[in-house]
Order: sequence, then C-alpha cells, then structure tokens
Amino acid sequence: MAFGHKHILGIEPLSREDIFTILDTAEGFKEINSRDIKKVPTLRGRTIINAFFENSTRTRLSFEIAGKRLSADTVNISSSGSSVAKGETLEDTARNIEAMRPDIIVMRHGASGAPHYLAERLDCSVVNAGDGAHEHPSQALLDLFTMREKKGRLEGLEVAIVGDISHSRVARSNLYALNRVGANVRLAGPGTMLPPEVDRLGARVCNRIEEAIEGADVVMMLRIQLERQAKGGPLLPSLREYSRFYGLNPDKLTLAKPDAIVMHPGPMNRGVEISSSVADGSRNVILDQVENGVAVRMALLYLVAGGESEDKD
Amino acid sequence: MKLLIKNGRVIDPRNQIDGQLDIQIEKGTVSQVGSDLEAGDAEVFDAAGKLVTPGLIDVHVHLRDPGLEYKEDIASGTLSAVAGGFTAVACMPNTQPVNDNLAVTRYIQEKAKEVGHCRVYPIAAITRGLKGESLTEMGELTEAGVPGFSDDGRPVESGAVMRRALEYSRPFGAAVISHAEELSLVGDGVMNEGFVATELGLKGIPWAAEDAMIARDVMLAELTGGHLHVAHISTRGGVEIVRQAKKRGVKVTCEATPHHFVLTDEAVRGYNTNAKMNPPLRSEQDRQAVRDGLADGTIDCIATDHAPHHFDEKNVEFNLAMNGIVGLETALPLTLRLVEEGVISLQRAVELLTCGPASALGLPGGHLATGAPGDVTIIDPDLEWTVELEKLKSKSKNSPFGGWNMRGAAVATIVGGRIVHTR
Repeated sequence: MAFGHKHILGIEPLSREDIFTILDTAEGFKEINSRDIKKVPTLRGRTIINAFFENSTRTRLSFEIAGKRLSADTVNISSSGSSVAKGETLEDTARNIEAMRPDIIVMRHGASGAPHYLAERLDCSVVNAGDGAHEHPSQALLDLFTMREKKGRLEGLEVAIVGDISHSRVARSNLYALNRVGANVRLAGPGTMLPPEVDRLGARVCNRIEEAIEGADVVMMLRIQLERQAKGGPLLPSLREYSRFYGLNPDKLTLAKPDAIVMHPGPMNRGVEISSSVADGSRNVILDQVENGVAVRMALLYLVAGGESEDKD
Repeated sequence: MKLLIKNGRVIDPRNQIDGQLDIQIEKGTVSQVGSDLEAGDAEVFDAAGKLVTPGLIDVHVHLRDPGLEYKEDIASGTLSAVAGGFTAVACMPNTQPVNDNLAVTRYIQEKAKEVGHCRVYPIAAITRGLKGESLTEMGELTEAGVPGFSDDGRPVESGAVMRRALEYSRPFGAAVISHAEELSLVGDGVMNEGFVATELGLKGIPWAAEDAMIARDVMLAELTGGHLHVAHISTRGGVEIVRQAKKRGVKVTCEATPHHFVLTDEAVRGYNTNAKMNPPLRSEQDRQAVRDGLADGTIDCIATDHAPHHFDEKNVEFNLAMNGIVGLETALPLTLRLVEEGVISLQRAVELLTCGPASALGLPGGHLATGAPGDVTIIDPDLEWTVELEKLKSKSKNSPFGGWNMRGAAVATIVGGRIVHTR
C-alpha cells in the first residue's frame, strides 16, 4: 500500500485514497482490540510522544492506548496554556523534545497551525491531535470509520453537523473528509457560530436544525463550549435558548431517516446540545466512536511510521 | 558644495515636469533646473537612462527608537529608508517611552541629525501614553516640527476624544491620523475575516471594523473642520467612505501600503507570520478597491507602515506573532509594479511617493522647483533584483517578499545635496 504522508496535519492534504487506506488499515486493527491480548509488535522500539498543550482526556488516552497496543514506547507531556506562558517558545520546546529522538510527535495545541509549525522544523513525524479551530483529523477519520461501519457506505450519505461550527476543528476536518468520500454535508448552528463562506468548504448551510436533520443518515452534534467567552461579542443569549433551537431531542430526531445514527465527538453537555434520551438512546453510536478511535489512531501511527515494518498479526 | 544631476528623465509631478533635464543642488537646496546646465565646479552625477524624482517620502514608519532598538533604531531604520530611495520618513510614536511629549520628540530629532541617513519627522501621539484619554501638548509639539498626531497601533476609542483632537489640532495645522479599527469588532481576530480564515481556523477581523471607524472619524472631521489622515486604508468600504467625503469637501487624506495593494489574505496560508499585519491582508475585492483608490486620487499617498520585528517575535504560533512587516526597501519596486500592470501611470506612481505624502502631512520636499530641499531619488526602473532578506538594511527581516523578483530600484538617494546611498 502506498501511503506517502510523513505527517498527518489535517484531512485537507489527504486524498480520497489516503482516507480509505487509513480506514481499511483501521479495520485490521479493530480486530486486535477485541482480543484477550491486545498487543502487536508492529512499532516495537519506536518512541511516540503525546504532547498535549491543551486539555484532553479522551484523545490523549486514545492515542496512548493506540501506541501501546502497537508496542511503541509512548510518553505523555501535558501543559496547559501556551508555551509562551511557560516562558519557552514552541520551537524551543519542540527542539528539546526532538533531541530525545522520538519517531512521532502527536500534538494537541490551542493555536491553529501549531502542528504545521512543528512539522516544518522537526525531522520526526507530526500527527495533529487537534489544533485550535483548524483541524482534528483523527476525530474525522474515526467518525468516517463509524459511519461506514454502521451504514455500510460513505458515498451519498447525508450528514448533518450541528452546533458551533466556527470554533470547531471537528467540523472542519469532517467537512474535508466527507466531501472527499462523496458524502453530502448540511450544517446548522446559531448565526454567530457559522464562519463566513463555510459553504465553500462543501456544505449546505441550513437556517434551522430541522432543515439540516431532515432525511439525514447521520446527525453529528458538536459540543458547545460552556466556558467560551468571545471577545468579539456575545455568541448566545442563553443555553436554554440554544437547547431549544439547536439541541437534539427525540422530537427533532424523528425528522432524520428512521435508521439514522447520532454522533458526538464528546465531551457532551447533556441537556444542552443533546438530550439525555437521545444521548443514551438506541440510535447513538457515541461509544462506538470512542472504541473505533483507538483502531483509527493505531492505523495513523502505523502508516506514518512507514507502514510496512512487521506483520500486524 | 554643488551637485549636478545630468541627463536623467526628471519626473516632478507637482510642477508638471516630465522630461530630460538637469538639476543642480547647492547648499542643500535645488538651485537650478534646466537643460544642459554647466557643471562648473559642481560634482556631476550622470543619470542617463534613469528616472530623477523628488526624494521619496514615507509618512508611516516605525523606527522603534527609543526603547525597542532590538527591532530597529534611527540609524538602521533610516539606512533602510535611503536604500529604498526614501529621503524622508515620518515615524510613529508607539516607542518606549511613547512620543507624547517634547522631550521624546527632541530626542528623535536630535538623534536623527546625529546618526540618521535621511530626514525624520516624528509623529507625536494624539493622547498621552496612547491611552485614548487626554490630549498631548499639540501646540508645543507642532511648533517643534511635529507634522501630525497618531495613536498608531490603537484607535482613539472615544469619539469625544477624537473630536477634541481634531478641533484642537486644527488651528495648528497638524493632521490627526486615524488608525481605524473598532476594537469590539476586531475582538481577538488575527487575520482578515473570510474564507481563508474559515479554512485555517483563525479568528477573523471583519472589514466592518475598519469601515466603521473610518466612517466615524470622517464624520468627526466634517463636524470639526480638522484635518483627518487615514492610515493604511485597506478595505473597499473605507476607500469609498473617503472618496465620498472628499467629494463633499471634507478635509481628509489617506495612505495605502504596498502590501495591501499587492497581497491578499491568501498569503496567510501555511500560517505565514510574515503575512500577519494590522490592518490584515484583505480580500481580492479590497485589494482591487485600494488599487482603484490609488488610481483615481482617493488615496493620496503610498506609505509602508514599515514595522520591524525581531525574528523571535515572528517565529511563533500565528496567533502569537506580532503584527507588521518591514517595507522601506520593497515599496518602490512594488509601486512600479502597479505601473507595469497598467493600474497607474509612472507619473502617478511618483506622485504617490513624493508630493502626495508631502502635501498629506504638510512636509517640505516632494518636488524639485528652485528652492526646494535638495532631496532627489535616482531610479533605475529596469533594474531586476531578488529580495534577499538577510541583505536588507533594516535590523529586522520580517517581510513576506523574500525571494520575490523585483524590477526597479533606487540607484542613488540624495538628501540635502548629499549622496547617501548608491547601488
């Protein structure tokens, strides 16, 4: 298989073939995760550093488990706040990390473009685990993996993405990914949370959540950042109003196809963007997303590490 | 000491001159303009095949002196200026300490005399400490030679303070310069709001933030009769507001930077921090509007907003990088590019760099009649060269034009009859 990417900085640079290569590779790894002994020697002797400059539980854990199941040595560094707040530049931090000769740096950073900055300056592979409001490629890939698993296809799927599109790296990566594989995307969210010209990324922008959900195969709800205080003015009058107009509840969900699935990248605000009855309902695949995340991240690490070293089995 | 510039094509838009003429400079001022002047005991500069223009003037630079000399100082900034063909610059007051009083103004003037390579006109702050609250001593500062006032880097947020600044400065004949942004609309934006920002996941600054403040300040100029000069105009709406105001007879002038008429927000792709400035690089529509404004006379002059920053201040995540780029050494060829592209005539290009800025801020120079300052720029419009950032004379190398092929350069810069730069 030909996978010519040293870094995974986003979905935008990936082709349709790249995406399917990753998803197909992940299929193989998913099986490993259900074994009693969930470990293969594929990346034995490789060092992976999970550098998380922004809070994360799920993504960091998922990458760490993915690395460990491939027998890589994984090390975590977390640091809240920017590198500048610590008095060290990102470049210096990166150079120090690199001096310890890791093979892959998995990076989460609050600044859009931070992994690109790192990739330009370092020799090792960089995997973006979320940069600012830009991209979150592993999330989009696990979302696609889950959609394909549940719906049996990606092409032609009608996918509604609802919530704070402006600040969402999950939305951007999914927009790129879904367009590459031939799915159709509808977006809905408050007017204050829709970035300018977002339709040019390949989406139908709907005024109301009902319009976005109607006839959808997949309904993806985004997290509303309760802590977000916008310097550019208020984004919402109240969470109550948000919930009423943009929250997903069983009533609204009836507009989707009868077999539609409900996704959420987590962490959820129950009662805000998603009601508990939907979050716990039969249509939700939220924990499948989390489970599949490990396999997809194993595939990403495997592929950027060179992809052919040892047998997966 | 006499200097005779012979055989060049003299373009002096203010005096409607465009032809092969000789210019003699004596005791620092132009003493004769004519055909086939006798050299006598004068030093002769043969400008055959070159353009001879009034010394270029940049009304918007940051020399970073006092206080931020690690970015630039008066010596290096003026060296950069003359290398780019500029014989006079007006420097912004956001130094440390702020130039909001006579002592700092005097320091800049004296240091410029001592170590400067060109004329330096300090712009003083509109408000003390750039805080937007109380006015600086505009009378005394004007008397000392300050041509205008600006809180550059920040808008004067209070309409009432801006109104008083325009009223108070009016009898002294100094311009009040508007750094136009409505800060609440800027929020924590770091680039132009639009599709590129959406794609890159960077927070946008809408054009309305600039238009709204230009509109307010134009109204205040109309109300008070004060002279408003709009700095670095970058939006379609801003240009249109100034165009309409000029038609109504409002005393408003404005400037545009080369980067705003050459680049768009597409330059930010790849998170290029040398494409980060304030106002941000705008859309293609805005860029086109700025070009139209340069062509139809709405925009009075080209100014660089030369903003040196240390490498370390740009070698960071995009949202943390400082705003601004150096511009003195690339402004002339970028302006000549507009001529090549048919946007403006060569005469208009010279006007925008000479008498345009001189009359916008009431500066001496900008033309070559007898008695004018002996400031001359000799330009080879066909000289092709490549921008090598390490070779810039500025202390800072923060330019998005590194590696660009340029056509046209100042081959000699003459200040007060003295040749201060040749290439």
